[in-house]
Amino acid sequence: MTQRLPLIIFALVMAVIPLLPGIPPFWIVLLDNIGLAALVAMGLVLLTGVGGLTSFGQAAFCGFGAYTTAVLTTAYGVSPWLTLPASLLVSAIAAVLLGLVTVRLSGHYLPLGTIAWGIGLFYLFSKLEFLGRNDGISGIPPLSIGSFRMLSPDTIYYAIWVAVLLSALLTMNLLDSRTGRAIRALRRGHIAAEAFGVQTPRAKLLVFIYAAVLAGLSGWLYAHFQRAANPTPFGAQAGIEYLFIAVVGGAGYVWGGVLGAGIVVILKEVLQSYLPYIFGGQSQLETIVFGIMLVLLLQLAPQGVWPWLMSHLPFKPARKTPDTSVKLEHRERAAGTSPILLHIDKARKQFGGVLAVNDVSFDVNAREIVALIGPNGAGKSTTFNLITGVLPATSGKIAVLGNEVANAPPQEVVKLGVARTFQHVKLVPDMTVLENVAIGAHLRGNSGAISSMLRLDRADEARLLAEAARQIARVGLSEQIDQLAGSLSLGQQRIVEIARALCVDPMLLLLDEPAAGLRHMEKQRLAALLRQLRDGGMSVLLVEHDMGFVMDLADRIVVLDFGTKIAEGTPAAIKRNPDVIKAYLGAAA
Amino acid sequence: MNTTIMLFLLQDGITNGAIYALLGLALVLVFAVTRVILIPQGEFVTYGALSYAMLATGQVPGTVRLAVAMGLVAFALDLFFARKALHARLVMRSVALNIVFPVALLGLVYALVGPNTPIAINIALALLIVAAIGLFLYRIAFQPIAHTSVLVLLIASVGCHLALQGLGLVFFGAEGLRAPALSNAAVTAGPLRFTGQSLAVYALTVGFIVALWLFFGYTKTGKALRATAVNRLGARLVGIRTTLSGQIAFLLASVIGAISGILIVPITTLYYDTGFLIGLKGFIAAIIGGLVSYPLTAVAAIVVGIVEAFSSFYASNFKEVIVFTLILPVLVLRSLAAPQVEEEKD
Repeated sequence: MTQRLPLIIFALVMAVIPLLPGIPPFWIVLLDNIGLAALVAMGLVLLTGVGGLTSFGQAAFCGFGAYTTAVLTTAYGVSPWLTLPASLLVSAIAAVLLGLVTVRLSGHYLPLGTIAWGIGLFYLFSKLEFLGRNDGISGIPPLSIGSFRMLSPDTIYYAIWVAVLLSALLTMNLLDSRTGRAIRALRRGHIAAEAFGVQTPRAKLLVFIYAAVLAGLSGWLYAHFQRAANPTPFGAQAGIEYLFIAVVGGAGYVWGGVLGAGIVVILKEVLQSYLPYIFGGQSQLETIVFGIMLVLLLQLAPQGVWPWLMSHLPFKPARKTPDTSVKLEHRERAAGTSPILLHIDKARKQFGGVLAVNDVSFDVNAREIVALIGPNGAGKSTTFNLITGVLPATSGKIAVLGNEVANAPPQEVVKLGVARTFQHVKLVPDMTVLENVAIGAHLRGNSGAISSMLRLDRADEARLLAEAARQIARVGLSEQIDQLAGSLSLGQQRIVEIARALCVDPMLLLLDEPAAGLRHMEKQRLAALLRQLRDGGMSVLLVEHDMGFVMDLADRIVVLDFGTKIAEGTPAAIKRNPDVIKAYLGAAA
Repeated sequence: MNTTIMLFLLQDGITNGAIYALLGLALVLVFAVTRVILIPQGEFVTYGALSYAMLATGQVPGTVRLAVAMGLVAFALDLFFARKALHARLVMRSVALNIVFPVALLGLVYALVGPNTPIAINIALALLIVAAIGLFLYRIAFQPIAHTSVLVLLIASVGCHLALQGLGLVFFGAEGLRAPALSNAAVTAGPLRFTGQSLAVYALTVGFIVALWLFFGYTKTGKALRATAVNRLGARLVGIRTTLSGQIAFLLASVIGAISGILIVPITTLYYDTGFLIGLKGFIAAIIGGLVSYPLTAVAAIVVGIVEAFSSFYASNFKEVIVFTLILPVLVLRSLAAPQVEEEKD
């Protein structure tokens, strides 16, 4: 309840404003415009700030929403309320079509693509006969409930702000869920997320559609607010402005979108009414100020205003601690056809002319700790990537319990019970330890986006978080559970990665240099943990450079040199092996 | 359709395409060196063209005052960032570049401007003005955030575009301008007539492509510029002056933009906001070229020009729609061939 308190207060304040005596009607119009812009900006927050997909084309989706209702209500006499789902659907379909094309693009191609189709759609709106060309469509009926018609700015005000508050609530619910974690991992950490079964292309498409639907909603409201639709507010300029709003407010925060809309809409109004007095009647002066401010803002406060405000709050919002007594069912084990847990048969990887892994074969049995060692560049991490499906093998066979991996993507490999950590830590730095670790349990939950938005996922979510908290306690990081992952030391981050891998409920744990950056005591604790895991039935395959750690811990060691296996055996045998000594110390030794 | 119309459309398309190619090349150049996607490239075009057009009528364009103002800001920034280690040499260099150069330019413009000033001088002045603006734009808007992600740079770039376009309206007004032709020479081949103007366009485009290709592929400076783009820190560690690289790139881009503008302003009337659309068409070409390949960008630009010419003949209403949706199939192909997307760092 305390978490909802600010929202309720905000809703009450917004509800009272139009009722106050002496409020100029013009202020209400401004607030209406702020609400409309906030809806679009909120979508952009999810898309750009959280998901890392920059779009300059959101205004076009407003256009889809507005024109859909304009055409249906004026030409076919459909009731405005019936056109709402139609408007949202048309925006969503447009988003699917454009999204399938664009979201797979890397970094800067995406924003450029959105500029291009943003402009293309603007011209389409302004040339199509049935959309009224440049003049647009007028005479759109107002929204009405019974005989109450929302004709004036202060009546549609409620429709707009109910939409804003509901959208904010749904968006925050979505971000704080299993799907939300997948979305938040898109921008930084999607490679790791994929290794735990997150379908990143699907998550990207989801946010793209979500943002488009919010923009479509804004467009639908706009059409019934203005009672007309013409192409100008849906052009490239408007698309740029929406992005500006999100950046000003704080692109990573839902309320940043609302705040940004407030700042920009009011600022624009002030600039438009006062600049001409100062500079003598020139139009478009506000764009100059706008542009300069955008550049300044990026230099001075690239995070936006909202996080700056939040950091000045006298109190910190409390976090809930998950109830660890809730049980999470074990993962369903794939039926095996072979007693050997991991079987690698002549795996080979070639990068152009470089042979990184040269026909390497070895097995990992159940309840066994195997170490993969070798000098730098020996192909250890590449072997890991072949096993986990990050890289396709050039040839050879890799099987888990007899089920061939056959170059399956990482999302499939993890389903076989293989979980991994990364040599270069891949956590989402601006998520807490708990949230990062919960990504590991992604496949053990099943709530989707819609149930998350409506808070129907709480039981499922509680199980996932409980499991994550248990694994964090198991690796000894309970005290850091609510800290941001990026604020931990590198050694601790590696341990967080192990907890995340344990959340998969794996049979085989692949650890890439887990002891690097750990202090002596921490290493001993890690070794004890790994022994305990083995005794509990898990197998571990680890790459490590700390020979003391490896010799102490491993049951068996595989040695690679220049991509080729040069030895395999117990630690004692490996220590005496002349080939291994030669590889590590050179021929003269 | 008869062959003559087709030839005319082709010629028209290729001439426009050559302009787009020039702009596309500049965009690739700037992106390759600074990772900035230069949306204000279009403003360089209009600034160059309209400054030249105003000079040709004997007026002083407001852009030269903008250059002086931006120089002052750049100088202040130089001083601010170097405040902990102010050497006399550094300050002198900054004064020379940021104060003396634009003020001298301002003086030169006032001294030389007049209805009878030779075309060559007007062109030189317009080029110098835009070059100064380009140089200072990098110093002011991009150098302080040069280390950030492509995305942040892109948004800043959009901000620059908005400001410069708004200023364009202030300087040149809402009315379109045209300038006198650079030369009246013309060659006739069959039904087609090639003006000296369009021949100059072709020659310059080809010249720039070859020059850029040679510069980046075969000279030490060119390689240093490319290294800056790939890894700023690494480039600095081996002694490349990364800020200088960025300035060179912006200087080249603004000059290329201004040249394109001066080449087209005698053919078509330009408005203060025309540059944006022209620049975007250069973009489409640059994107097709993957923002890395100069020859591919040039070829793509010609294709864009031809498609535009034919669609303005057959479906003039949907000309822009067709040109801008041209990018979608290209993006599809790129996305199919796209390598593993790397993670964003900041």
